[in-house]
Amino acid sequence: MNTRALPLYATIAIFLIAYLLCWLQFPNILSTRVIGNLLTDNAYLGIVAVGMTLVILSGGIDLSVGSVIAFSGVFIAVMLRDTGLHPLVVFAILLAITTAFGAAMGFLIDRLAMPAFIVTLAGMFLARGAAYMLSIDSVPIQHPFFKTLQSAYYLMPGKGRLTLIGVLMILTVVAGMIIAHRTRFGLSVYALGGGEQTARLMGVRQGRTTMLVYGFSGLMAGLSGIVFSVYTGSGYSLATVGTELTAIAAVVIGGTLLSGGAGYMFGTLVGVLTMGLIQTYIVFDGSLSSWWTKIVIGILLLVFILLQKGLLKLSRTRLA
Amino acid sequence: MTLLKRIAPQLIALVALIALVSIVFPGFLSVQFIDGRLVGPVIDVVKRGAPVALLAVGMTLVIATRGIDLSVGTIMAICGAVAAAALAGGWGMAPALAAGMLTGAAAGLWNGVLVTVIGIQPFVATLILMTMGRGIAQLITEGRILTFTDPGFAWFGSGTLLGLPVPAWLWLLTGAGVALLMRRTALGLLIESIGINRRASALAGVNATVLLIAVYMASGLCAALAGIVVTADIRGADANNAGLWLELDAILAVVIGGNSLLGGRFSIIASLIGAMIIQTIDTGILLAGFPSEYNLVIKAGLVLVILVLQSPRIAAEWRLWRDSHRVDREARLEGKAR
Repeated sequence: MNTRALPLYATIAIFLIAYLLCWLQFPNILSTRVIGNLLTDNAYLGIVAVGMTLVILSGGIDLSVGSVIAFSGVFIAVMLRDTGLHPLVVFAILLAITTAFGAAMGFLIDRLAMPAFIVTLAGMFLARGAAYMLSIDSVPIQHPFFKTLQSAYYLMPGKGRLTLIGVLMILTVVAGMIIAHRTRFGLSVYALGGGEQTARLMGVRQGRTTMLVYGFSGLMAGLSGIVFSVYTGSGYSLATVGTELTAIAAVVIGGTLLSGGAGYMFGTLVGVLTMGLIQTYIVFDGSLSSWWTKIVIGILLLVFILLQKGLLKLSRTRLA
Repeated sequence: MTLLKRIAPQLIALVALIALVSIVFPGFLSVQFIDGRLVGPVIDVVKRGAPVALLAVGMTLVIATRGIDLSVGTIMAICGAVAAAALAGGWGMAPALAAGMLTGAAAGLWNGVLVTVIGIQPFVATLILMTMGRGIAQLITEGRILTFTDPGFAWFGSGTLLGLPVPAWLWLLTGAGVALLMRRTALGLLIESIGINRRASALAGVNATVLLIAVYMASGLCAALAGIVVTADIRGADANNAGLWLELDAILAVVIGGNSLLGGRFSIIASLIGAMIIQTIDTGILLAGFPSEYNLVIKAGLVLVILVLQSPRIAAEWRLWRDSHRVDREARLEGKAR
């Protein structure tokens, strides 16, 4: 059996068992309404987690994404308020900015040969500061186009709403799966995460790959910012504090090795949905407080890291 | 003398920064003696910088072992919540302090065991507590801001001793104590050796496991002290905001202090000056009348500059460039001599 896929199976099993337990207590949790909301509420997290998965697969980390999402929201809101540009044009400008921002961080990580987390930490400060400088207050978005986006949904049987942003998340995950598992670039990312030295010897262009990986993460963070602004209908510079940690947790719970080189994009989707399920359960229960979410996520994180450690040790003893 | 040489860049940066702030805000250096205590912007910097300075002491040790402790901000929140809960439960001051410090030590022990015994990378191991910590703190405070009215405990946040604010004494004494402990015994050397090569130092007979756990516990204790200062200052435990993002400030202070993130040699005094540099920037921006939003952008710029200065690759290229120049010049000189 492929030991590498074991964390993925564990993730899927945990998700299904957790869903079953929730269903036994609250049968309504299986209705299309809840499932539709699960997708909509976690759309921005899912999209940003796709970018994070690729970064972690390459052996890096991107701490700037939460700030970039907040910056995106504020940027969109301020641009729509102060200029007459169509939202689609603003989206295009924004995605160009965040992609360039991510690629610049990738460039620095490669050129300076410094740990990724400290470079992206600077990026986190910079993006959050830029958002503050645009506006401290929450800026509402009143453009009619946003109303169209918000009210675009497909009514599933059982009156569940499959919203545009929910569908966008699924599409992003599919695109991420294709990039990670079916392209030469994806292969380079896995090679880099497995070991820089060996990757270089194999002929992977390290600088280019690093830049592309962080550029992709920036693109996903920008896209997630757009989704978040559609979801909340406003831009606020203090929004999504700590989303980078939630995204990392989702990726790890999804079975991706935090040291890079092994993991599956699909697992990340399951990881995001597991975290969404915890939140949904807490809402359904009503008596549990929201801080239990953080504790349960932390425990899951620990369990998965220990699981990975154990598997690594197992495969090593088998090799020896 | 070697110490002065080591901390010279940080001292120059601090002096330049103070000069800059003084130009924009002329009264910055003025200190008055009112009602038995010193009052002035500088004293304010020394007091407000206390949490970051305390965190920086522990963080310096952790970074010297080639680790990182991302959980200090949340440990602050947890310890503050524990101390406040103990006070609210009528335990009195000393038990509340002890409970807070013990919680910090326990949190450090948890991190240390994850790093050494289980062998998780420090960055990941401390991330777990960072994600969970605020939930735990909220569990203790039950989601409210837990207030208390114990003047003895509040003294740690807003009291005065011999003219100086108590938080300032706390970080000065902690810093001096730890620095002396590190340099007057072999501890500092052993920690540096672990940071440079853990395997080699373990083979040489250094008990790396115990030392590493002790270092993470020291970081936890420093965080607990910082949490007590913050909690005592506002006379309440705020699980959401106590210590938020301070782990980043603490790392920044250590890096400004010229300590390499790749482990090895460290200087606690330089880290403390780094913490004061950060606080001077914070206070200076406010005094100069800039909106505090500029803070983060300036810090980002600062990190970037330090990264370029510390980068092993840039350093190598600079040496290559300098050497090739030297060779050129020597060749030219030789040509002239002929």
